[in-house]
Amino acid sequence: MSSDTLTIADRTFRSRLIVGTGKYPSHRIMADAHRASGTEMVTVAVRRVNLAERGAESLLGSIDQSRIFILPNTAGCYTAEDAIRAARLGREVGLSNWVKLEVIGDERTLFPDNVALLEATRVLVREGFVVLPYTNDDPIVCRKLEEAGAAAVMPLGAPIGSGLGIQNRNNMLIIREQARVPVIIDAGVGTASDAAIAMELGADGVLMNTAIAQASDPVAMAQAMKLAVEAGRLAYRAGRIERRMYASASSPAQGTVPALSTTLSSAGGRAQ
Amino acid sequence: MTIRVNGEPQEIAGPITISTLLEDLKIDPRLVAVEHNLIVVKRAQYGAVTINEGDEIEIVNFVGGG
Repeated sequence: MSSDTLTIADRTFRSRLIVGTGKYPSHRIMADAHRASGTEMVTVAVRRVNLAERGAESLLGSIDQSRIFILPNTAGCYTAEDAIRAARLGREVGLSNWVKLEVIGDERTLFPDNVALLEATRVLVREGFVVLPYTNDDPIVCRKLEEAGAAAVMPLGAPIGSGLGIQNRNNMLIIREQARVPVIIDAGVGTASDAAIAMELGADGVLMNTAIAQASDPVAMAQAMKLAVEAGRLAYRAGRIERRMYASASSPAQGTVPALSTTLSSAGGRAQ
Repeated sequence: MTIRVNGEPQEIAGPITISTLLEDLKIDPRLVAVEHNLIVVKRAQYGAVTINEGDEIEIVNFVGGG
């Protein structure tokens, strides 16, 4: 098959797997996992510098920026104003004008507040940001985000960190069918098959953090996710068969050796 | 005089620039972003913006996240 890259706004990626930088056992394991995943884009959070505990190992020092693009998020923001503020600060660190926009609506589910998300998307697009909003698996909200200028839409497969897999496959198919921007399934992946399913549904990419970072062996899981995303994508492009209710024999029906029961009755006894 | 840095009160001798504050705190300006009274300050302006009594400074960096 021809080369198959993912283009979001003005950037093209060979890998369709976007990975987080949180919750790893160490920076070293994170760096190894990033390498094993083949990722070319990782998310980071914007937080106050810890003034009491200076000299901690810098996160950026553990990200290979020659291969990996850094996508700041607005995690932990519960209003449009806070998310806009975090996005502006993230941009000022000076790596890019991209933002993974999160406006959280509820602490227990971490589901997005889509009204505030839409509002923040409009403001940030006007300010020249490349906005990748984390949203519900809701085709209408995804369409409105696209109309507001989002560079991609990132519907959740399941709650963040839940590992439940893609909960509403039908909505994902509808979102993919109507979207004219890339669809990145963000959150909810638990294991490799979930990532493969996301890609088989037609997602342009998958974003995950916990599934890799909290696996017993994050580096091995990162490799599993790389293979799953590639396999799922290839299967999607290859075009799967239709589902059917009954069997359809794989071997020809003609030219079969006569059934044993027939042989026995015509020979009148046990064949030698 | 007292200013607030990342929500904590901090005593400084007199008005200082953001550059000087970062230097005093041993923070590499290339790894952070700074807000002065809720306004994001461009890195090129760190030497020009003066912090006065009662000002609120936020200094942020990137940490692990999803």
